[in-house]
Amino acid sequence: MAGPFQGRVAITGIGQSDVGRRLGRDPLELTLDACLAAIADAGLTPADIDGIATYPGAMDNPPGFSGAGVTDVHDALRLKLNWYYGGIESPGQTGSTINGMMAVATGLASHVLCFRTVFEGSAQGAQGRSAVMTGGAADGGSGGGYRAGGFQQWVLPYGAPSAAPWIAMFAQRHFHEFGTTREQMAQIALNARKNAASNPKAIYGTPLTLDDYLSARMISEPFCLFDCDVPCDGATAVIVSRTDLARSLRKPPIIVESAGTAIRGRPSWDQWDDLTTMSVRDAGLSLWERTHLRPSDVEVAELYDGFSFIAMSWLEALGFCGRGESGPFIEGGHRIALDGELPLNTNGGQLSSGRLHGYGFLHEACVQLWGEGAGRQVLSSGGARPELAVAAAGGGPTASCLLLSCAR
Amino acid sequence: MSESGSPRDHRILPKVTATNEHYWRGGEHGTLVLLRCRSCGYRLHPPTPVCPQCLGRDLAPEAVSGRATVATFTINHQPWYPGLEVPFVLAIVELDEQPDVRITTNIVNCPIPDVRIGMRVQVVFRAYDDVWIPFFEPEVA
Repeated sequence: MAGPFQGRVAITGIGQSDVGRRLGRDPLELTLDACLAAIADAGLTPADIDGIATYPGAMDNPPGFSGAGVTDVHDALRLKLNWYYGGIESPGQTGSTINGMMAVATGLASHVLCFRTVFEGSAQGAQGRSAVMTGGAADGGSGGGYRAGGFQQWVLPYGAPSAAPWIAMFAQRHFHEFGTTREQMAQIALNARKNAASNPKAIYGTPLTLDDYLSARMISEPFCLFDCDVPCDGATAVIVSRTDLARSLRKPPIIVESAGTAIRGRPSWDQWDDLTTMSVRDAGLSLWERTHLRPSDVEVAELYDGFSFIAMSWLEALGFCGRGESGPFIEGGHRIALDGELPLNTNGGQLSSGRLHGYGFLHEACVQLWGEGAGRQVLSSGGARPELAVAAAGGGPTASCLLLSCAR
Repeated sequence: MSESGSPRDHRILPKVTATNEHYWRGGEHGTLVLLRCRSCGYRLHPPTPVCPQCLGRDLAPEAVSGRATVATFTINHQPWYPGLEVPFVLAIVELDEQPDVRITTNIVNCPIPDVRIGMRVQVVFRAYDDVWIPFFEPEVA
């Protein structure tokens, strides 16, 4: 079998905690809820888990960004590990999962527990976003003597501590070069909201119209409120296993056909060579360089939508449409609807179902491949579930994507 | 519509180090200063100790004209911090001397609706404590 993992690596279980705007719960408990659910879903017990991979690893700042690290879960479940990884410098948030896949492929581990936990909703509390911004309340703010270093020194003096204005500038350049419109970009948000209505864990399930979208307050042009994902609390886990061990487990193995991890330009928000693309361009290209499968084989796409424009950028990067053509591709929303030619963000994405930060897309791709989507399940005209899915995570200077299959 | 300004009241300043001092203090003399490789002439931004083009180490700060072109921008409406005055224009500009050197900045001294991609701009500094922050304004021919 082709592909970087030669068919040796499979996803065997998934789990997710409660998801909510502000759950006010111990983030480690959310993490363990997701991890234990994933282990049980695979038909395993904690004694079978011999690897952990997580993003971004334990960190206190920004508040709510990391709900648990490797050692928290390792110790809480008294695991006996042969390999582990936790860190933020991986390709996209699910780059941590790809590290777990590499550990399985090379024989360093047999069953790797991969997870991501956020509690940004609770961390913001009543103070709103400034509570979790670099240089904001947690850092003492400008009055507290905080000074910016690293990349932050190039943007914080200009009032831009958020990826919203950074990515808005990519969108603006795309609009300028290709004639992309807000009405087109709106379809990412409207499609997500429509799908969220069938996701019991979604944050926002009430209908959203184009008029609602166009009259919403602007955040950073061309982004309005509905182009920005919603901070939440929640944990997501997936189990990555050796395929030869997966055959005897509870569910049919989801084979990892390919992984896109490349970044061939400068790793930067403002020095990237082409301001109409982001590093998703190279992640998408490298996914297809490593497999004989083609974009036209994909039956469902779960593409990172931290901001609506990122999902458009992924559509181009993954070759579902040409460079600069994502606007016309999504126009009207029919093509990306549940019954369209490329169903997109079937659980409501991060825009409507919460910023679970990359792992939600991987989780939903597995839900669809296992036919567990209930009211939001993608079905062919013959009533069959999809066999091939893409899950993509990240934007700006960090991104990765996975091509996953589950034979019917 | 208001004049485009830069966000006031909650300005976070850069931490000055030996590596970036030429950049954040060059404005004291009215010049935008970047590191340049004396071997191959490449300008480095952000500053690093080795030239990425020729791997040379003979690098020295050198002033540029401060003239640039707006590559992209956004009108930011969200007050990310309490006291951050909005709206303001955040932009990425490309320097005349070497367009692959980009600077994220605010466009100032210009009505917000007049800001365009491709617009010609020039550097203008404002002093805060011990640093001179470079902003860009419409070019005066």
